[in-house]
Amino acid sequence: MTTTTSARPDHRQNRNTETTRLLLVSALLVLILAILPTVLYLTGHTFWLDIFTRLVILAIAAVGLNLILGLGGMVSFGHAAYIGLGAYAVGIPAYHSTYGGMDAIATYNGFFHLALALTVSALFALVTGIISLRTRGVNFIMITMAFAQMMYYAIVSLETYGGDDGLTIDVRSEFPIISLDDPLTLYAVSFISLIIIVFLVHRISNSRFGLTLQGARSNEERMLAIGVNCYKYQLAAFVMSGVICGYAGFLLGNFTTFISPEMMDWTRSGEIMIMVILGGATFLWGPVIGAIVFIILEYVLSEVTVYWHLPFGLLLIFSVLFLRNGLASVLQRSHSQAGKGQ
Amino acid sequence: MEFSLLLIQLLNGLQLGILLFLLSAGLTLTFGIMDFVNLAHGALYMLGAFFCASLTLYTGSFILAILLALPLTALAGYLLEKLVVQHLYDRNHLDHVLATFGLILCIDTIVHIIWGPQGIAIPLPAWLSGQVELFDGVVLPSYRLLIIGVGLLAAAGLYVLVNHTRLGMLIRAGASNRKMVGALGVDITALFSGVFALGAALAGLAGMLIAPITEASIGMGSDIIITTFVVIIIGGIGSMKGAFLAALLVGLIDTFGRSFLDDFFKLLMSTEAAETAAPAVSAMLIYILMAIILAFRPQGLFPPLSR
Amino acid sequence: MKKILSIATLTALISSPLFAADEVKIGFVTTLTTGAASMGKDQENAVNLALEHIGNTMGGKPVKLIMADDGFKPEVGKQATDKLVKQDDVDFVAGYLWSHVLLASRKSVLDSGKFLISANAGPSAVAGKLCHKNFFSASWQNDQTPMAMGETLNKQGVKSIYVMAPNYAAGKDMVAGVERTFNGEIVGKDLTKWGKDAQLDFSAELAKAKASGAEGLFVFYPGKAGGAFIKQYEQAGLRDTLPLYTVFTIDALSLPKLQEGGMKGVLGSQMTQFWSPDLDNETNTRFVADFRAKHGSYPSFYAAQAYDSIMLIKSAVDAVDGNLDDMDGMRAAMKTADFPSVRGKFSYGNNHMPIQNFYTRTVVEDKDGNWTTTIDETVLENHQDIYAANCSM
Repeated sequence: MTTTTSARPDHRQNRNTETTRLLLVSALLVLILAILPTVLYLTGHTFWLDIFTRLVILAIAAVGLNLILGLGGMVSFGHAAYIGLGAYAVGIPAYHSTYGGMDAIATYNGFFHLALALTVSALFALVTGIISLRTRGVNFIMITMAFAQMMYYAIVSLETYGGDDGLTIDVRSEFPIISLDDPLTLYAVSFISLIIIVFLVHRISNSRFGLTLQGARSNEERMLAIGVNCYKYQLAAFVMSGVICGYAGFLLGNFTTFISPEMMDWTRSGEIMIMVILGGATFLWGPVIGAIVFIILEYVLSEVTVYWHLPFGLLLIFSVLFLRNGLASVLQRSHSQAGKGQ
Repeated sequence: MEFSLLLIQLLNGLQLGILLFLLSAGLTLTFGIMDFVNLAHGALYMLGAFFCASLTLYTGSFILAILLALPLTALAGYLLEKLVVQHLYDRNHLDHVLATFGLILCIDTIVHIIWGPQGIAIPLPAWLSGQVELFDGVVLPSYRLLIIGVGLLAAAGLYVLVNHTRLGMLIRAGASNRKMVGALGVDITALFSGVFALGAALAGLAGMLIAPITEASIGMGSDIIITTFVVIIIGGIGSMKGAFLAALLVGLIDTFGRSFLDDFFKLLMSTEAAETAAPAVSAMLIYILMAIILAFRPQGLFPPLSR
Repeated sequence: MKKILSIATLTALISSPLFAADEVKIGFVTTLTTGAASMGKDQENAVNLALEHIGNTMGGKPVKLIMADDGFKPEVGKQATDKLVKQDDVDFVAGYLWSHVLLASRKSVLDSGKFLISANAGPSAVAGKLCHKNFFSASWQNDQTPMAMGETLNKQGVKSIYVMAPNYAAGKDMVAGVERTFNGEIVGKDLTKWGKDAQLDFSAELAKAKASGAEGLFVFYPGKAGGAFIKQYEQAGLRDTLPLYTVFTIDALSLPKLQEGGMKGVLGSQMTQFWSPDLDNETNTRFVADFRAKHGSYPSFYAAQAYDSIMLIKSAVDAVDGNLDDMDGMRAAMKTADFPSVRGKFSYGNNHMPIQNFYTRTVVEDKDGNWTTTIDETVLENHQDIYAANCSM
C-alpha cells in the first residue's frame, strides 16, 4: 500500500503507526477471507463457501456505498437498485439467449454482461445523481430511496422477465479460460475483486479528488469560497459508487443464478447501509467487517431460533450505544482518510 | 367518469391522507425538534393496533379499547425514549438509522412471541359497521367517515396545542432552534420525552383506526413507514402544516392513481399495455411526486423557518 | 475478528453432521417468520401430524425432519434450500408456499439430483417448459383453481364479473385462469400493489367494482390481505348487491378470525378448491379429526397439502424398502400416486402435476358453531393443467 508524502513532518511518526496498523488489519482480513472459505470448502463444508461468496459480494457493494457515504457524507438509501440493475444485466441477455427474442442483446458472453451492468449502473447513477445532489441530508436519503423504488416497480412490471416472481439464470456469464460455474473460481473472482476495489477506494480517498469530497462533507460553503465546485466531484463519486454496486450485482446474479425485484427493495438498500455503519463508515475496512459480521451473525442466529431477529436487533442497538464508530473502531483507531477529525 | 364515483374516491383519498397525517405528525415532530430519525415509528403504529385489538376482544368495546390503548401506546413510546432513544440524540443520523432498525427487529419479534404470527381482526360495533348515504349514489362505510372525523379532530387538537399553548410554543421553538430553547432554561429532557410519547400516541391512534379495516399484523409498521417518510419530506421536516397538507396530497394522489390511472392510460395506449403499466405507475406515483418536489424545492414544501 | 470467525466455524462444524446416519432426511421449506408465518405454522403442524401417523418411519428407517424458513423472500428461500442440500444433505426437499420462492430454489435442488416436492406453489413454468423428472407437486397448478371458478360462474348463470387480484405473477395467473373459462363479460379489473408494502386498503377498488354494475366479484387475496379484503367488502355493504367468488382467499386460517370479527358477509360466499375439510374419504376424515383434536382448529388447505407431501414421500421410500440410492425406483413409485391422499384418489400427469377434481365450496357454520366450508359439487373432474402440453417429459 501507499505511504502518503503529503503528511507534515511532525505528523510523520503518527502517520507511520497508522499505516502500519492499516497494513496489519488489511493483511489479517485478506488472509482470513483467502484461507478460511477455501479450507471449509475443501473439508466438505460447501455451504460455507456460499456464505462467504455472498458475504464478499455484499462487502463489495458496501465498500462501493461507503465511497460516497463515508468519504463524501452522501447517505444513499437506494444502492440496492444498482445491485439489481447489475444482476438483471446478466439475467436479461441470458434469458434471451435461452428462450429467444431481442437478438441484439441475446448472449451468454460475460464481457457483454459486465459492460452492460457497468454502463446501465453508470447511467442510472448519473441521471438520478444530477437530481438527487440538489438535496442535502435526510432529503438526499429519501430521494435516492425514491428513485430506487421507481426502478423496483419498473422491474416488477416487466412480465417477460418474471415480474415479481423473478428470473432464473440458467447459464452463467461465460468467460474465456475461467468458469464461474465452479464455486471456488467464483469465490476467487469475487475475493480478488474486493481486494482491488478496496485498494482503489484507498487510493481515491488519498487523492486530490478524495480530499475534495471530504472537504465537501465537512464544509461545502468553505470549499465554494476557495473556488471548488463540489457538485461535479460529488456527482462523479456518486457514479463511481453506483458502478461498483452494479459490479457487485453482476457477481451476485452469477452467484445466486436467481434474480428478482426483491433485490432492489428499500430494505436491501438498508441492509447495505447497515453493514457500512455497523462496520464503521470512517474506516477503510469498516464496510467489509460490517458485511462479515452481518452475514455470519444472520446465518448463525437464524440456525439457533426462528426468533433470531430479537438477538440480532439487540446487538445492533448495543453496537450503536457502546461502540461509537462501528466495529472497526475496536480494531483500528484511525484510518488513512486524511483530514478526519479536524 | 361519474361524479358520484369521483366524490367517493375523494373521500377515500381523504381518509388515507388523514391516517398518514396521524403517523407523520409524530415523526415530523421528533425529527424536527430532536433531529432524530426514527425508523421504528411504524412499530408504535403496530403496537397501538395490537393493544387495541387485544383490549377490544377483552373488554368487548372498541371505543373503550381505544381509550385504554392510547395511554398504553404513549407509555410504550415513553419507555422507548428513556431506554434507547434518549442516548442517541447527540449522535448522527446514521447511528439513528442503525439503532432504530434494530428496534424494529426487536419489537416485531416481541409482538410475534406475545401475539403469535397471525394477525388479530377487530370487530366493529354494529353502529359502525353499516353504510351512510351522503348524497344520492354516494354511499360510504360509516366507519370510514368516523376515521375522517376522528382524524380531523386530532388534527384540530394538534393545531391548538402547537399554536396556542405554552407547550406548543416550546415545540415550535424547538423545531426552529433547539439549542436556544435549552439555553433558555427549558427542561429539554422532559420536553423531548413528552413529544416522543405524544408522537407515539398519534401513531398508535392511526394503528387503532386502521386495524378494523385491515387487521393488527406483524410488519404493518414497516410497510407504512416509508410512505410516512415520503409525507414528511414532501411537507418539509418539522412542519406540522406541511405534514398535514402533504399527507392529504399523498393520500389523494395514491387513491386517484389506483382508481383512474388505468382508464386514463387506455386513452393513450392499448388496453393490454394500460393494464400492465397502470398498476406499476400508480405504485410509483408517490415516489415520482416526491422526486419532482425535491428536485424543485430541495427543502420540501413548507420547511420551518431558520433551519 | 478472528475469534468471532472461529467461533462461527466451530458452530458450523458441530451443527453439520459429518457422519451419515441411517435415516430419511426431509427438508421442509416454508414461511416461519413475517405476517405469513401462520400459513407456515399450519404446514409445520400438518407435517408433524403426518409423521406421527406413520410412526416417524419410512421404509423401515427413522425420519429426520429439518424445517427451514424462507422469510417470504425468494433469495432467503433459495439460501435455505442451498443449506438443506449442501450442508444437511437431505434426501427430499419439500414445502414452498410461494411461486417465486419455488422458482428461485428449484435449480438448487434439482441440479443436486434430489427430489423436490411442492406443497403449495404451482407456477405455470414448472408445469410446462421447466418440468423435471425429480419434481412432483402435492398441490395443483396455479391456473386450475380459477379455471374451476370460471366454470362455476358459468353454471350459476353469472353474466358479468369484476376482477381483483394482487399485481404479481400468481395474481396474474389467477386472473388468466378465470378469464380462460368464464363465458360472461369481465367489466373491470384491478391489479393492486403487492410485495413488501402491499396495499391492504381496497376502498377505491371496491367503489369502482360497485359502480361497474357487475353481477359478481372475483378475487384472489392470499394470506392476511384476504382477511382485510373480506372485512372491507363487509363494511362496504356489498353482500347483497355484489356476490363474492374467491380463490385461495378464505381459508381455515382466516375464517376463525373473520368469525371473531363478526364478518357474517363471508357466510355463503363461494370458492373453488381441490380439497375441503369435509371431503369424504378415510384419510381425510382422520387427518381433519386428529388435526382438530391437536390444534383446536380446522386444517387449512396448506396443511392438507403438507400432509400429502409427507405421505407421497413415504410411498416412495416404502417402495424401495428404504434404499435411498434407488432414485428410479422412488420416482416410479411417486408417479403412480399410490398413497392415501386427503383429496382421495388422483393421478399424475406427464409433468408430475396432479390430475384431480375441483370442487365448489361454500362457507357455512358447522354444527358446533365454527365457520368452515362444505363441498357443493364437483365442478371439474380429473382436470389436468393446460401447461402439461409444454412439458417435454
